[in-house]
Amino acid sequence: MLDINFIDQVNTLSDQAIQLCYHCHKCTAGCPVTDQMEYGPDRILRMVQFGEKEKLLKCRDIWICVACETCGARCPNEIDAARVLGALREIAYSENVAVAEPGAVKFHKLFLLLVKNMGRMHEVSLLALHKLWTMNLFSDLPAGARLFMMGKVPLKPHLIRRQGEVKRIYDAFDPKKKQVSHGN
Amino acid sequence: MSRIGVFVCHCGINIAGTIDVATVVEQVKKHPDVVFVVDYKYMCSDPGQELIKKTIAEYQLDGVVVAACSPAMHETTFRRAVASAGVNSFRCESANIREQVSWVHQEQKKEATDKATAIVRSIVEKVSGNEALAPITAPVTQRVLIIGGGIAGIRCALDIAKAGFPVVLIERNSQLGGKMAQLSGTYLNFSAAPDLLQKLIQQVNTHPNIQVLTNAEVENVDGYVGNFVVKVTAKNEDQANVKEQEEPGKELVPIDFSFDVGAIVVATGWDRYSQALLPEYGGGEIPDVIDGLAFEQMLAAGGKICRPSDGKVPNEIVFVQCAGSRDPERGVPFCSKVCCMYVAKQAMLYKERVPTGQPYVFYIDIRSAGKGYDEYVQRVMTDYQVLYLRGKVGKIFRDGDKVVVWGVDTLSGRALEIAADLVVLATPMAPSSGSVELGQRLHASTDGNGFFTEAHVKLRPVETLTAGIFLAGTAQGPKDIPETVSQASGAAAKVLQLFSNEKMTISPLVATVTAELCSACGTCVEICPYGARSIHPLWNIATVNASLCQSCGACVVACPNKASQVHNWRPDQILAMLDEVI
Repeated sequence: MLDINFIDQVNTLSDQAIQLCYHCHKCTAGCPVTDQMEYGPDRILRMVQFGEKEKLLKCRDIWICVACETCGARCPNEIDAARVLGALREIAYSENVAVAEPGAVKFHKLFLLLVKNMGRMHEVSLLALHKLWTMNLFSDLPAGARLFMMGKVPLKPHLIRRQGEVKRIYDAFDPKKKQVSHGN
Repeated sequence: MSRIGVFVCHCGINIAGTIDVATVVEQVKKHPDVVFVVDYKYMCSDPGQELIKKTIAEYQLDGVVVAACSPAMHETTFRRAVASAGVNSFRCESANIREQVSWVHQEQKKEATDKATAIVRSIVEKVSGNEALAPITAPVTQRVLIIGGGIAGIRCALDIAKAGFPVVLIERNSQLGGKMAQLSGTYLNFSAAPDLLQKLIQQVNTHPNIQVLTNAEVENVDGYVGNFVVKVTAKNEDQANVKEQEEPGKELVPIDFSFDVGAIVVATGWDRYSQALLPEYGGGEIPDVIDGLAFEQMLAAGGKICRPSDGKVPNEIVFVQCAGSRDPERGVPFCSKVCCMYVAKQAMLYKERVPTGQPYVFYIDIRSAGKGYDEYVQRVMTDYQVLYLRGKVGKIFRDGDKVVVWGVDTLSGRALEIAADLVVLATPMAPSSGSVELGQRLHASTDGNGFFTEAHVKLRPVETLTAGIFLAGTAQGPKDIPETVSQASGAAAKVLQLFSNEKMTISPLVATVTAELCSACGTCVEICPYGARSIHPLWNIATVNASLCQSCGACVVACPNKASQVHNWRPDQILAMLDEVI
């Protein structure tokens, strides 16, 4: 009936002890994007406890999470639900499960690409590339305008010194590139 | 003619805010027996009590009325003050003008003042008729009877025996140890518990102050606090062995004992709840649905975790908490208190011994209140992969060689069906069989569930309302071993307090018989609810056992010759009091 071995896999990947959860639902109570979610972090944890792998990997919630880590900061049992959702995203991606929120995967990919090449985030580049890639050009315009007025979307990127260092870190963890010992 | 002083208390504004105390003083002063009246802000304060003492000396008072709060509040305070000034304390009474007047008539000041005056004057009448009484003393038999040889009885027996008093410990079964002896171990310190119990049993069996009777039951209890006479029927163990060899299955010959004891401790413990009362959980018909105590036998040294039906090791095991507890409609209304903890222990032990197996626990709430308890349950959840499912089990039935459990997980809102190999029901702790009958023999009350009732739920948890009868352990209600041991030691302390003097003091406010008027008709003997009356075999008049008399007055009403009276509540006093009130 229930696949209770799945919890071990998620525990290891996320470095959490999900069986500790006693379902007070405090994580969901504080989550800022829970209204966009189907289940919310507490039920995601319960589903991990039950081993409902397929349902979990297909659900939108794991991609909706913005990893603000409010859930983990408030959890009485020190479970970082954001990292659990991260682990679920990782499993879903590596097992080629059809992603419920394709835009989110594109966002993650662009984010990594930008940081790799520029050394840090540049919001305008990310925004522009994401809009082009998803062809969702005109959504969230008022919000974008407001952020721009507040100076949250600087046109000129803040570059760092020795950008090549960040790229080397990326290469070190890229399975396709030659493995560099990074200790563990 | 008495010389009575009346002291009217303001109690701040509690009394004086409603009652016109000056008027009360004026009105009471007119009473012929009253030689002194005064009002004062707080009579119970030290200066207030000093005022009473000073006035007694100055006016040669022989009686005192304090018009203040309820006698339940400060009667003792004022009586002590009066006694220290040389007046008999039974010549002091409280007139309750606070709870019965000022607090209930705050909007009717005039009427309240009149009522207060009437009450104070009636109490003046009572005091003028009050006799000066001396406390009665009665001997105390410094030996205790403990009923039940489980951990509660054992702990209590050892505590009292070690203080130097003889103990009679009786046990219904053939062995000491009770239910604790049937456990594989206890939570928190699992492996040490059986050894510790055996050591305690050893101490009991070898202690010179403890007499142990096994296969023994209480037949009859007579007497009262300090002076009980208990009849016990015991079947001798040695005799049993001989008999069994000679004639197997033959009934043992009972031997009757009679003991004089000063106190009785009820430590009769608990019994299993019949699974037949849980039809939706198989009603005891499915061999692989067992209760917690049966699973303990599998976990105990020499036991093996296996299915009773075919002896196979169960791979999926379901524990069902509250299987009958917290179910007022179908089971018992109370929480059995120990299940959350022992189920955690059992699930942990199962997982230790069957590492590939999967334990599930259905629960409504986890009640792990106690030092280190919640940490223990959390550890079981975290380290032993025990899956806790929040919800009640709806149905358990057999399907092939599996036992199917229908439950629900209310946290995710989904129905569950588990095909288990073994189901362990955490059934309620039922009161020990025969508790109600024993309670009737002891005149100690039992509650609706059959557990013994304590004298006060918060402040007198180890005493019963019958003086000299104390409670220890689960006879009073579900509790675990640490709580049981604490209560047993508490009961021992209460017994030792009683035994600290060879004589005990009894209130002299009891019934009395005027010998000249008594015709020994025996009406009072029949009517007395406390068994305090008897006809004296030599003098042929009714007598009162002051230790048993609770001054209820039933004998006074029943006596056709008006020979029965209660000290300081005589009919002439009551009529005089009524004259003042009406």
